[in-house]
Amino acid sequence: VNEPNHFRRIVIASIVLSAIATPIVVAVIAPTLPPGKATDASSGQVFDNTVLFGLVTPIAATIVVYFAYSLIFFRHRAEGAQEGVAIQGDRRVQAWWLAVTSIIVIFLAAFGTVELADAGSGGGQGPDPAFKPSGKAMPVQVIAQQWEFTYRYPTYGGIETPHLELPVDQQIALHVTSLDVIHSFWAPRLGVKADANPGVDNIAYFKPEDERTFEIRCNELCGLWHGYMFDTGQIVSEAAFERWIHHQQRVFAPAAKVLPPYEKHYFPEPERRGG
Amino acid sequence: MNETATSAPLWRRLIGFNLLSGIVLLIVGFYVGWWLGHQIHAESLDFIDDTNQNDIALMFGYLFAVIGFLIGLGFARYPLTRIFGRQRTVFENEEGGVGRYFGLCTDHKVVGVQYLLGIGLFFFIAGLNAMLIRAELLRPSPQLFNAGNYLTLVSLHGTMMMGMMTSGVLGPFGNYFVPLMIGSRRMAFPRVESLTFWLLMAAGVILFSTIFFGGFPTGWTGYGPLNVQANYGFDSYIFFFALVGISMMLLGLNLITTIVTMRAPGLTWRRLPIFCWGALSTSILMVLAAPVLIATLLMVALDRGLQTSFFLPSAGGSPYLFQNLFWFFGHPEVYVLALPGMGILLEILPVFARKPLWGYRVAVAGLLGIMLLSFFVWQHHLFVSGLNAGLRPFYMFSTELISIPTGLVFLCGMATLWRARIRYTVPMLFCLAWFFNFFIGGVSGVFLSDVPSDVATHGSFFVMAHFHYTIMGGLVFTFFAAIYYWVPKMFGVMLNETLGKIHFWAMFIAFNSTFFPLFALGLMGMPRRVVTYPSHLQALNDWVSVSAFVLGASMLVFLFNVVYSLVFVREPAAANPWGSKSLEWQTPTPVPLHNFDRPPVIDSDPYEYGQPPPPTVPREAPAGAG
Repeated sequence: VNEPNHFRRIVIASIVLSAIATPIVVAVIAPTLPPGKATDASSGQVFDNTVLFGLVTPIAATIVVYFAYSLIFFRHRAEGAQEGVAIQGDRRVQAWWLAVTSIIVIFLAAFGTVELADAGSGGGQGPDPAFKPSGKAMPVQVIAQQWEFTYRYPTYGGIETPHLELPVDQQIALHVTSLDVIHSFWAPRLGVKADANPGVDNIAYFKPEDERTFEIRCNELCGLWHGYMFDTGQIVSEAAFERWIHHQQRVFAPAAKVLPPYEKHYFPEPERRGG
Repeated sequence: MNETATSAPLWRRLIGFNLLSGIVLLIVGFYVGWWLGHQIHAESLDFIDDTNQNDIALMFGYLFAVIGFLIGLGFARYPLTRIFGRQRTVFENEEGGVGRYFGLCTDHKVVGVQYLLGIGLFFFIAGLNAMLIRAELLRPSPQLFNAGNYLTLVSLHGTMMMGMMTSGVLGPFGNYFVPLMIGSRRMAFPRVESLTFWLLMAAGVILFSTIFFGGFPTGWTGYGPLNVQANYGFDSYIFFFALVGISMMLLGLNLITTIVTMRAPGLTWRRLPIFCWGALSTSILMVLAAPVLIATLLMVALDRGLQTSFFLPSAGGSPYLFQNLFWFFGHPEVYVLALPGMGILLEILPVFARKPLWGYRVAVAGLLGIMLLSFFVWQHHLFVSGLNAGLRPFYMFSTELISIPTGLVFLCGMATLWRARIRYTVPMLFCLAWFFNFFIGGVSGVFLSDVPSDVATHGSFFVMAHFHYTIMGGLVFTFFAAIYYWVPKMFGVMLNETLGKIHFWAMFIAFNSTFFPLFALGLMGMPRRVVTYPSHLQALNDWVSVSAFVLGASMLVFLFNVVYSLVFVREPAAANPWGSKSLEWQTPTPVPLHNFDRPPVIDSDPYEYGQPPPPTVPREAPAGAG
């Protein structure tokens, strides 16, 4: 019995499927996926995901072809041989597989590190960030507590506001901290996420590039009303931001007098049991 | 003390060391501890007085309940007899009928069946929790549960699945089949073997008792300082996981010792069935990781009960310490869940492909490589926590490195299908589904390991989809493969094939329909463990919930199949219905008490299927031979 050249068939079909699927995924699907282009951080994440999709799609196509082929052509039939071919292994295949997966892993790690070096990609980097943006950044403090976020603007007299507004096209340094348990500041559309730890100043950098409203959610289970710890923020123009912040300064002036001075973090009373 | 004669009346047979006396002493023990805790409790602990919640009393209650339970089951008899200088055999309850299954029994096959039923029970309860969670998420605002009950439900589902299912494969199938596969008459420590099972059952009951104490709002991770703030329902979490840790550790030690020391003559390391390699690598993880968990939970208990401050930042402790310790256990733990599944996969594939396992040594290297690397990746759970931000490239690299040994396992499985003669039996279908599910789980893991991409998806439904694909798609599918494959040996009865196929297809389709949209939900901004979500996510959430109900219904098909096949039809299974060549199928069904009349001598490897490969250059027929 002449065996057909299974290997050549699978290779050709994989190449064809990859050649069709990869451009569609990379050019059409991946760039439109969240988090979108509202900040430099989220754009970076979309780019990152697109590259990863570009890498994964041909691998997935090859595996799909391999299984489709094997499950059909290597199935048991009533006629012909009842047992498979006793192949114990193949050193060349093993070596190739090892080489290819190793190269992919090294590429992934290098690529991820280079991307991360772009100001930390919007993730929380702790009190002493390893990756900083060039130029000055406007500090905004996020104070998490059970079960709400408040925001302090140290460059505007350290006032504390219940809502977050940010000026467009200006580098922001979020300083995230907590007064009680661990929370996490997540603005999905901005591509920004940083855990709020009590006693820790967790810094995340990003630059808004699009005027829009965005949603804020607590992303770390923080007790009873965790599901209700959400808020809406706004990215506005420079002038609108100035108007807004000066209005806030007036409104919260009486409160600002009794606020503790601006700190990197605040130690509260020892935790007591809540709900 | 002699065993009661089997001819005695029923009420007489119920008296003795068994589950009944265990439960009685469990309840008595709980109230003794509860009373004692209230005597010890000092007024100075105003932490407790704030809420009238006495953690010490509850902890003592649980402690004495477990001790009472074990004494009631008869675990104290052997040590006490020896202390008083008398001789006593270590083997207990090996002869006899159904009663063996309701108490301390040192026959590894009985313990395997006990595990299968016990774990199965808790798996279905935790699955029902998931159904309730999905019912709640049909609407964006609370409808069935209030915020606190919802969190307790989520926490129970996660803790139960992550805790009980650590022994989900090694408990039933490791205990039952490892001794058979290596030609041993028993496990190395038969009493310890029974102890691990009953500890796990006590742990499960303790976890459920949390609903009497207000539940706990921390999820399965139990991060501090929330874990100190939580009501005393959290004490049952501490006790549950500590008992699970002890059970895991003992199970691991038992399996390692058995595999290393009790292999039959001729069963060299290169002939060890791959399932045993999976069990061995998992056991090593259990033994090394579980002690960290137990110690961490002790520290939490001290923080809560005696006002130490290991994890309290307001008193000089560090919540990061808890996260580090928890994930140092927690990441190996998820491989404790994944590795046995790979062992089952590679064990079953050759049988139905009718081929040797491709690249046996590569597969072993893959399993051991995963085991080793899993200790070096835990901080990828803390990428946005602000801890060790400069080390993120290292943890990104080490996490991605795991895909190399995982890829080797994948390669060996795939190549075993090359030029095979695949028989599409129910166990084989479940194994093939592993490839599909685990590929999606693995690829989404690559996205999560990449820090910039992880910032977008960390802690969201994307992560939840990822680990359900690896653990449910990886472990639970192979768990069912193992059930369909090995039940004929364990119970001497075949499971109905048509119902099995209906179960498979319903489960496979509903599983993917449930969990694939969760990737999208996570990217669109849905965090885990929330009872409310933005209303524009409702359509997708409803789709997921309905799929989840179908997934739940597919489990009912399985239950029906079990009852139908095992109770009503009872089609007897041949001793070796699958034509397998590994040792456990060479025993008669039912397997005799001590497995083998005399120790088998192994002179071949367990995967000698298939016809020899044809020569690469076709030879001319010899002309005029003679």
